[in-house]
Amino acid sequence: MSTEKYETHEHDVLVIGAGGAGLRAAIEALTNGASVGIVCKSLLGKAHTVMAEGGIAAAMANVDRTDDWRAHFRDTMRGGKFLNNWRMAQIHAQESPDRVRELEQWGALFDRTAEGDILQRAFGGHSFKRLCHVGDRTGLEMIRTLQDRGVQMGFDVYMECAVTRLLKDGDRVCGAFGYWRENGRFVVFRAKAVVLATGGIGKAWRITSNSWEYTGDGMALAYDAGAELQDMEFVQFHPTGMVWPPGVQGILVTEAVRGEGGVLKNRLGERFMERYDPKQMELSTRDVVARAIYTEVREGRGTEHGGAYLDISHKPADYVKRKLPGMYHQFKELADVDITQGPMEVGPTCHYMMGGVRVEAETAATTVPALFAAGEVAAGLHGANRLGGNSLSDLLVFGRRAGLAAAARRTEKPGPPGPGQVDDAAREMLEYFERPDGESPYAIHRDLEQTMQDLVGIFRNEEDLALGLRKISGLAGRASRARVEGSRLFNPGWHLARDLKSMLTVSEAVTRSAIARRESRGAHSRTDHPKPDPEWGRRNLVVRRGASGMELVERPVPQPPAELQALLAEAT
Amino acid sequence: MSREAVLRVFRGNAEKSDAVDYRVPVAPGMVVLDALHYIQGHLAPDLAVRWNCKAGRCGSCSAEVNGRPRLTCKTRMDALPLDKAVTVSPMRTFPVIRDLVTDVSWNYEVNRRIPPFTPRPGTDWKMFQADVDRVQEFRRCIECFLCQDVCHVLREHGKMSQFGGPRFFVRIAGLEMHPFDSVSRTRLLKDELGIGYCNITKCCTEVCPEDIRITDNAIIPLKERVVDDFYDPVTRFLGRIFGPKE
Repeated sequence: MSTEKYETHEHDVLVIGAGGAGLRAAIEALTNGASVGIVCKSLLGKAHTVMAEGGIAAAMANVDRTDDWRAHFRDTMRGGKFLNNWRMAQIHAQESPDRVRELEQWGALFDRTAEGDILQRAFGGHSFKRLCHVGDRTGLEMIRTLQDRGVQMGFDVYMECAVTRLLKDGDRVCGAFGYWRENGRFVVFRAKAVVLATGGIGKAWRITSNSWEYTGDGMALAYDAGAELQDMEFVQFHPTGMVWPPGVQGILVTEAVRGEGGVLKNRLGERFMERYDPKQMELSTRDVVARAIYTEVREGRGTEHGGAYLDISHKPADYVKRKLPGMYHQFKELADVDITQGPMEVGPTCHYMMGGVRVEAETAATTVPALFAAGEVAAGLHGANRLGGNSLSDLLVFGRRAGLAAAARRTEKPGPPGPGQVDDAAREMLEYFERPDGESPYAIHRDLEQTMQDLVGIFRNEEDLALGLRKISGLAGRASRARVEGSRLFNPGWHLARDLKSMLTVSEAVTRSAIARRESRGAHSRTDHPKPDPEWGRRNLVVRRGASGMELVERPVPQPPAELQALLAEAT
Repeated sequence: MSREAVLRVFRGNAEKSDAVDYRVPVAPGMVVLDALHYIQGHLAPDLAVRWNCKAGRCGSCSAEVNGRPRLTCKTRMDALPLDKAVTVSPMRTFPVIRDLVTDVSWNYEVNRRIPPFTPRPGTDWKMFQADVDRVQEFRRCIECFLCQDVCHVLREHGKMSQFGGPRFFVRIAGLEMHPFDSVSRTRLLKDELGIGYCNITKCCTEVCPEDIRITDNAIIPLKERVVDDFYDPVTRFLGRIFGPKE
C-alpha cells in the first residue's frame, strides 16, 4: 500500500525532538543547505532542556585561567569511569567553548564576570569552575535562543506530533510515521536522513525529574529499526530531588545549590559526605552523592520525610535569591520552605540516561544508514556516569555534528518505505480502540514505575533484577492488550498507551544490561558485586534486536591514543 | 488524611461542552495539576491537559482556576477554598481544542514576525552584569501565555490581528535592550503589534508566574521608544540629521 492516503511531508532532514540537541541539529542542517522538518511531542520550547538549571560545561577559562579542554576531557572520562567513548569526550571538551560563544552571538545572555566575560561556576566532578550559566535557568536561555534562531532560519515545525515508527527503504531509514496529538490523524514524513533527539527514559521510574515526554521513544524507535543500543545499565539518579510534599517528589533541586556552597547534612547534623568522598565532599560526582544520601536514609539517619538536608542559608539571602531564584521560588511556593532561612529536604530522583543509541563519535551516525542520534538519546560521551553540566554541552556539540552529517546526505534519493510499513504502523495505533475490553494504560504505567523504582533503582542485585525482568515481561503482555477509551482527539490515554510500549522496550534493555554487568561502576551499583572489575572496565554492553528477541553482546571499550592515555594518568 | 475536593472541569470543545465534577483525594502540598493527573489516572483517561515539567519552568499547564489564569503546577489545593467545587477551565482567550487544551498557535505566528537579535559588527562581547540584568528579567519568560490570556485587548476585544500582546512586548524589550543589538523594532511595535492599544492596566504583570514587571519594565519603556521615534519633534529632527537606528 502506498503512503498517499496519509498526509505526507518531505524534507532533506527530519529531526525528531526539539530540545537542545534537536534544535542545534536542525540549525546546522539548515546552515548546510538542507530543508529541515522538526517534530516534537509538545509545543515548541517546552522540551526537557528547559529543566536544565545549573549550566553548560565548557573549558572557557574565564574564571579559572588554567582550565583547558584537556582537563575537561580528563574530568569527563574519570566521571564516566573510563567506559566513555574517548573520542566523543575529546570532541566534546574541545568544541564546547565555541558552541557556548555561538549561543551568545545568537542572543543568549549569560551571567557575567567582573571583566565582562561569561561567568562560570563550580560543579560536581569538574576540577575547575567551568559551568557557564544564567542563574538557575540556563536550559531555558539555551532553548529559547536556539528556538528563535531556527524559526528565523526557516525550519518547518510539527508541534504536538508524535513519531511511532521509523520507515525504511531496504537497510536505510527514509522517513517516519506518526500522529498529530490534536486530532489523532496520521502523518508520514519522507526524508533523506533522520536525526533522533528525543531525550531520555525517566518516566519509567516513579520518582523522577522527567516529564511525561521522557518515555525512551528514540531508543525504542532506533531499536525497532535495527540500531544498536549501548550502556543501557547506566541510569543517573540525581542526588537532589524534592522529597516533600508528596506531589513534588522528584522535582529537581539543581546541583548549582551545592556549586554555590550548599552543604548536605543528615538528621544528626553530620556533614556525611566526609564518609563517602572527603576530598570533593558535596561536589563529588552524582553517582557517589546519590548513593551517599540513599545510604544515610537506609541506615536510619534520614530526615523526617526520608531524605537529607541541603542547606545554603549560610549565604546572604540576596545572593541566594540572585543565583538560585528558581530554587527559592520552587521551595517557597511548593514546600513552604524559605531556603535563605533554613535547609531543603532532598533525595535521589531518576534524572538522566547515560546509555542510548550507539553512535560514531565524529558524525553521530547510528548503526543504521541515514539515522543519526544526538543528546541524551545517544550513548558514549558520559560512560558510566555523567557530570553535571556536560549534558547541555553534549546537546550543542553533537547536535551540531548530527545536523552536519545528516545534511551531507541531502542529495541522496531514497525510495519509498518498503511495502506494508505505513499501514502496519497505522493499524498498531488503531488497535487500542478496537479491543472490546482491556486495562487502562495508566494502571500499567503505574506498575511499571513502581517496578523500576523498587527493582532497577540505585542499588541493584541479581535477584531483584531477575524479578524486575519477569515483571516487565508481564507488563508488556498487559500493555499489548491495553484498551483506550474515547476518541482520537487529543487523548492522553491513547498517547500514553503508545509511549508505554517504548518505555517497556527500554526498561527491558536497562534490566537485561544491569543483570549482565556483574560489577559496580558509576551509576550501576550491584550489592552482590560491590567492587569495580577491571575486566568489565574494558567492555561496553550492546543491546540489539535478534531473531528471537532482545540480544546482548559485549564490545571492547575503544582505547585512547597514547598522548590521551598519559593525560588520563596525570594527577590533578 | 481523607480530605476530598471536587474539581469542576471543563470537558469538550467550542461546540459542545460540559462542566464535569470529579472527586479527588487531597494530599499535603498537592497542586491542581496533581488533581488533574489523578482524574486522568483513575476517572477520565482521555482528559486532555498540557503539561511538561510540573515545576513552573516550562509554562505548559496554563488554565483558569476558579476563573483566574494560573499555572496548574504552581496552584496549591490548600490555597483554594475546598468547601465548594474548584473550577478548572481552559484559557478563555484562545480557541479550545479539547478540554483544557487550547490552540495557542497564534502566539507562534506573532513571534515569527519579530526581527531576530542582530549584533553590531565588530562587537567584542564584553558585557557587564549591570548591563544584562534588565534584559535577563525579560528572558525569564516561560511562554505560559497567561499574560496573553488575561490581556483585555485580546480577551475582551479579540484584536489578534492588530495587537501582539504582553508576551511579545517582553520579547521585543529583551531584544531592543540587549547591549549589542543593532536593529529597531519600533515601527513593528507601532504599526503591526499595536502597542498603543495597551492602556497599562497591569493585568499581565499580576498574572506573570515569573514576576516579570511586564508593564513597568517592558511595555512602558517600549511605548516611550515609539513616541521618541515617531512623535517627538526634537528626536525626529536629530534622527534626520544623525540617522536613526536601523
